[in-house]
Amino acid sequence: MDFNEQQIERYSRHIILSQVGVEGQQKLLNAKVLIIGTGGLGAPAAMFLAAAGIGTIGLVDADNVDLSNLQRQIIHQTKDVGKQKVLSGKETINEMNPDVNVVIYNTFVNSSNILEIINDQDYDFVIDGTDNFAAKFLINDACVMAKKPYSHAGIIRFNGQLTTYIPDNDTACYRCMFKEPPPEGAVPTCREAGVLGVMGGVIGTMQATEAIKYILGVGESLAGYLLTYDAFDMEFRKVKINRKSNCPVCGDQPTIKELIDYNGPVCEL
Amino acid sequence: MKVTINGKEKQLENEVNVLELLAINDVEMPEMVSVELNGVIVDRDDFGSTIIRENDTIEFLYFMGGGSVGF
Repeated sequence: MDFNEQQIERYSRHIILSQVGVEGQQKLLNAKVLIIGTGGLGAPAAMFLAAAGIGTIGLVDADNVDLSNLQRQIIHQTKDVGKQKVLSGKETINEMNPDVNVVIYNTFVNSSNILEIINDQDYDFVIDGTDNFAAKFLINDACVMAKKPYSHAGIIRFNGQLTTYIPDNDTACYRCMFKEPPPEGAVPTCREAGVLGVMGGVIGTMQATEAIKYILGVGESLAGYLLTYDAFDMEFRKVKINRKSNCPVCGDQPTIKELIDYNGPVCEL
Repeated sequence: MKVTINGKEKQLENEVNVLELLAINDVEMPEMVSVELNGVIVDRDDFGSTIIRENDTIEFLYFMGGGSVGF
C-alpha cells in the first residue's frame, strides 16, 4: 500500500524517526491491537494507538459510559454518558483517524469467549486495560495459552504498574509474579480505593508504547520486568522478575490447562 | 543488619521471616503483596519459614487491579 499525501503529512513525525520510517509506519497501519477494557487504561491506550495509525483496533467492554468515568476515561465525552463504551470509543477513534478500522465487542471477557475474541482478527498484541483480578488472570492465561504478546497493567490511588509478556521468550507472566488472585476480602472495594485520574493516562500510554515498539520490532520491552510508578513520591522502579519454571500456567509442567472464571468484585477502572 | 527493600536500604535488628518483615514494614494487607527475595518470588506458603539475611534484596510487589468509584 502506498501512502497518500494526507497520510504522509499525518504520520510525518513518525516517518522522520529513523526507528520508524515509512516501513515502520506501514507496519503500524497493517497491525492489529486488541484492547480489553475501555476505561482508565484502555481509553488513553486506544487514543494513542489510533493516533499512531494502528490499522485495526479491537475494543472489548460491556459497560455503558457513566458520568463518574469521565474523570479519567478520556475517550468518552459528556455527550456519551449512557452510551455503550465500545461505541463511544469507536466514534472518538473514527473522528480522530479515519485510517483505523475499529472492531467492537460489546461484552466482558470470560473463559468461553476470550480465545475467540483474541483470535477473531488474529491480533498482534493485546492490552489488558481491565480493572479486576478475575479478568487480569483470565487475560494472562489466555495469552499464555494462545501465545499472544500482551501488556498487563494496574492502577490504584497514586500507583501504577505494568509488564509485558512475550511468548516463547522465557518471559515471566503475570502468574509468575502473582500466583493467584488475592482472597476476596483482601481487595479494597472500588469505592474505598479511588484512583487519580492521570494514572490511567500515564500507564495506559506506556502500554500503547509497548505495543508500538513490539510491532516495530525496536527497543527494549518490559518483558521480564515489572515497572512500578509511584506518582505521590514521583518514583519509577523497574524490577527484574524471572520466569518461574514451576509457574502454574507458563511453567515447564503447567497445571492450569483450561481457562478459569474467578469470582470477584468488578468495578470500573 | 542491612537489607534493601524496594530499592531503599533498611536496617533490621534481627533476622526475621517474611511475615515478620511485612509486619515491620507496616504492610497492611500481606495478602495483597508478592515478595521477591534476591530475584526469586517466595511462595506465599513459605513466608513464615523464609528467613531474611544480611544484604538480602527484597521487593514487595503489590496487586493492582483498579480502583475507583464505579458501578
